[in-house]
Amino acid sequence: MPTPNRIRVMSEPDVRRAVARMSREVVEKNGGTEDLVLMGIHRRGTHVAEMIRAEIEQIEGDHIETGSVDITLYRDDLEVVGPRPIIGATELPPGGIDDKCVVIVDDVAFTGRTSRAALNELSDWGRPGKILLCVLIDRGGRELPIQPDITGRQMQMHEGERVEVLVPELDGDLGVALIQTTSEDP
Amino acid sequence: MTNTVSPLGKDLIGLEKLSADQILQILDTAEPFKEISERRIKKVPVLRGKTIVNLFFEASTRTRVSFEFAEKRLSADTVNISTSGSSLVKGETLVDTARNLEAMRIDMVVMRHGASGAARFLAERIPSTVINAGDGWHEHPTQGLLDLLTMRDHMGHLEGLKVCIVGDILHSRVARSNIYGLRTLGAEVAVCGPRTLLPSMVEELGCQFFSRIEDAIQWADVLNILRLQLERMQSGYVPSLREYNRIWGVSSKKLEAAPRDLLILHPGPMNRGVEIDSDVADGSHSVILNQVTNGVAVRMAVLYLLAGGQLDKAEAAKRGGES
Repeated sequence: MPTPNRIRVMSEPDVRRAVARMSREVVEKNGGTEDLVLMGIHRRGTHVAEMIRAEIEQIEGDHIETGSVDITLYRDDLEVVGPRPIIGATELPPGGIDDKCVVIVDDVAFTGRTSRAALNELSDWGRPGKILLCVLIDRGGRELPIQPDITGRQMQMHEGERVEVLVPELDGDLGVALIQTTSEDP
Repeated sequence: MTNTVSPLGKDLIGLEKLSADQILQILDTAEPFKEISERRIKKVPVLRGKTIVNLFFEASTRTRVSFEFAEKRLSADTVNISTSGSSLVKGETLVDTARNLEAMRIDMVVMRHGASGAARFLAERIPSTVINAGDGWHEHPTQGLLDLLTMRDHMGHLEGLKVCIVGDILHSRVARSNIYGLRTLGAEVAVCGPRTLLPSMVEELGCQFFSRIEDAIQWADVLNILRLQLERMQSGYVPSLREYNRIWGVSSKKLEAAPRDLLILHPGPMNRGVEIDSDVADGSHSVILNQVTNGVAVRMAVLYLLAGGQLDKAEAAKRGGES
């Protein structure tokens, strides 16, 4: 089996600059930090959300409530992919999400199915005043009419390519890699 | 085999045939499900559109309600059938009942039956997933799993844990599922009770035997106290309830001699003052109600893990009992 080709498309400073801009956009779209809640999607989305939280807290000096969602039980493909080996916890911020501006944070936007699942899960938890979708990488390929409001970088993907966001907590590294597999390798 | 086959196979008949990895996967999957029952809206959509039949040929409150909550909190559609008020009393055979349900396009059957082996018998004959909710003296796997989860919650580990099962081992499917599950995960298991209520194969199961509860209390970290089925007394297995209580009943006085704090489990329903005294059942070391709470989470985990393998269910049924 041929080894897939890894290309670094975003370095650590690239990601930090993107996160800094995204954080400002979040504050701008909400008109400040009041009622702002960040909800990271398990697993890498929670780490991106954590970076955005730290950035906003630094520039605005306010505490930002952060939670996480694991959308495993809201997926619509249990019969296709089978049960997940590990289901992460869903953690609601202490103040809840009712009437808040909830920013769903994920690492990569692809088919839109994860975002759909997260939207469904949030509506079971309460009634946010407003929901925004914020992703580090938008790789296109949507299967549902759901688009991010805030994007770190858009990438044009070709067949056999996938994108991987690396975070220090899980990968010991911060950055984005493009993985190319040759076409004869499925 | 594709990756859509459930990690547990088509059915859950007992813990005897499960590997340590499979049991641990169920226990680990149960953890996040605990949190769902604490939510304001206690429901996730993962089993939406699945039809589950709870087929109870024997009386049950706890297990049936626990399964039903688990099914509903995962958004499955459920139907309950119990012996009274159904054609089961008209003499329809088990397979005919199941085939008729099958003809209405169901996905899973949760069955409680008085005959040992009934769950396997059914699982080999219908393509739907079968979950054993207790079959005769054989096994009660979800009870075994919730006992394991409760012990792990409170003791932190199962490997090396000393668990003594007290009471009527012979007629107890709970005892058997406990013994298989605990042994697979590396716990030490002993049994304690009247010799008349002891199966002949206790040593084969790898269990120590204590005839005196005082010795069991000296040895164990955990006591899992079984219900004395009162009809056993009529059959002459035990002399009298009072004598049973005096010799094998767990009281706080007997527990005073324990070298360490013992965790107390009981699968319910309890006969207070027979196998367990009220001050023990309601005491600070009793985790009997935690068992009930964990029961819902464990059953949610089992339903979730088994639901993933539906695509291959027909093939699995053809293979019969191999899975």
